[in-house]
Amino acid sequence: MAETPRQLLIHPILQRNPIALLVLGICSALAVTGKLSTAFVMSVCVTVVVAFSSLTISIVRHHIPSSVRIGIQITVIATMVILVDQILKAFYFDLSKQLSIYVGLIITNCIVMGRAEGFAMNNPPKASFIDGIGNGLGYGFVLMVVAFIRELFGSGSLFGYEVLKLTSNGGWYVRNGLLLLPASAFFLIALLIWLLRTIDPDQQENN
Amino acid sequence: MAKESFFKPFYTVLVLAFVCSFLVSLASVGLRPRQEANRALEQKKNILLAAGLYQQDADIDELFAKIEPRIINLASGNFVEKNTLSVKDFDQLGSTNDKKMSRLLPKDNDPAGLRRLEKYSLVYLVRTGNKLSKIILPVRGKGLWSTMYGYVALNGDFQTICGIAFYEHGETPGLGGEIENPAWLNKWQGKKIYNENKEVVLKVAKGSSKATGEAAQFEVDGLSGATLTGDGVERLFHFWFDKQGFKPFLERLQQREGKNG
Repeated sequence: MAETPRQLLIHPILQRNPIALLVLGICSALAVTGKLSTAFVMSVCVTVVVAFSSLTISIVRHHIPSSVRIGIQITVIATMVILVDQILKAFYFDLSKQLSIYVGLIITNCIVMGRAEGFAMNNPPKASFIDGIGNGLGYGFVLMVVAFIRELFGSGSLFGYEVLKLTSNGGWYVRNGLLLLPASAFFLIALLIWLLRTIDPDQQENN
Repeated sequence: MAKESFFKPFYTVLVLAFVCSFLVSLASVGLRPRQEANRALEQKKNILLAAGLYQQDADIDELFAKIEPRIINLASGNFVEKNTLSVKDFDQLGSTNDKKMSRLLPKDNDPAGLRRLEKYSLVYLVRTGNKLSKIILPVRGKGLWSTMYGYVALNGDFQTICGIAFYEHGETPGLGGEIENPAWLNKWQGKKIYNENKEVVLKVAKGSSKATGEAAQFEVDGLSGATLTGDGVERLFHFWFDKQGFKPFLERLQQREGKNG
């Protein structure tokens, strides 16, 4: 059943969120969610990369021989990621320093590849592009939720602005050290998946 | 899906690789000047931060104009003439890969875990009037996970720390990563590196420093939860301010300045 562009854009945010439903792209979701600002930039970067790599692959999908399609997808994705990385380094140096290697690691983000292989190979360019943006937004949504909790309770701040005054700066709030470590994102993502699947039982897997 | 012939995969991949590499090299070459300018600006900012000369709204290049960069020979402690090595083209970290520009450190005498040490190093001098007021030195060393890169600024007495800054490291965020927290970096101000016998005695304490009186000026509070990173910072000081590091240079400079003053 074909979805309307609107559905393509909105469904990946809650109904079939790439992180929550498909459990893809976990690695970077752990790594960059310590702060809201890095999570935000990462979400934007991933959205741009998924959208444009899906678009490119969809345009040339009739010319991609199936025997080498994975390699071709990776090449296209890698090109997009390098472009994004170079642009960040040139124009948003501070941000690229914070994200460091994680921008390069978008290449290995399963969401990008998943959308290319699962959607863009069989759908027209416009739908693929919108689907890419939608999935980027879905990814971004989870990242922002996790980063919000981690930054607020781990560092006592939001987007770098102090909200809870930390004891290390003479305040009252004792930071939660676990939330500063990437592993804490595992727990948060798991709780989020639980929440989403409780609200929307359709997402539960059948045993 | 496309109809398969034997050669089709080959030329599709070739065409694609060509297009992609063209795009990538275009971006890389086209944006390089901007990226390098960013990197240079970042370096200058960190040098200014260490020296306590950084101002939020001021132009970094303008502030940096007060600082005089020089290249020194680490072993002899002498300045290298400007026409032998130019400050502009000298790549200090890159020179550690060059056999002629660096040497292998003996395993038992490499507390900072550098493996190779360059022969020449950049230093930055700040003069107020005729008097040397600040010396900023680039340092680096292994922490718990990563090599930490930073600058140490000394006052004109050649031994009191005016400020330090770390600009690159991969320590645990929130624990060892706190080495870039200004609150901690500020604690270094006024600490002394050498004792009366010219030995490096500066220490990073485990937790809060309990030293009092005289001893307190040689000890900095550690970071809780980051003992190993703190040890790394301490070893870095012990290496860079001893014979293999900047000690010969600092002694030389002190003699020179003494004569002039």
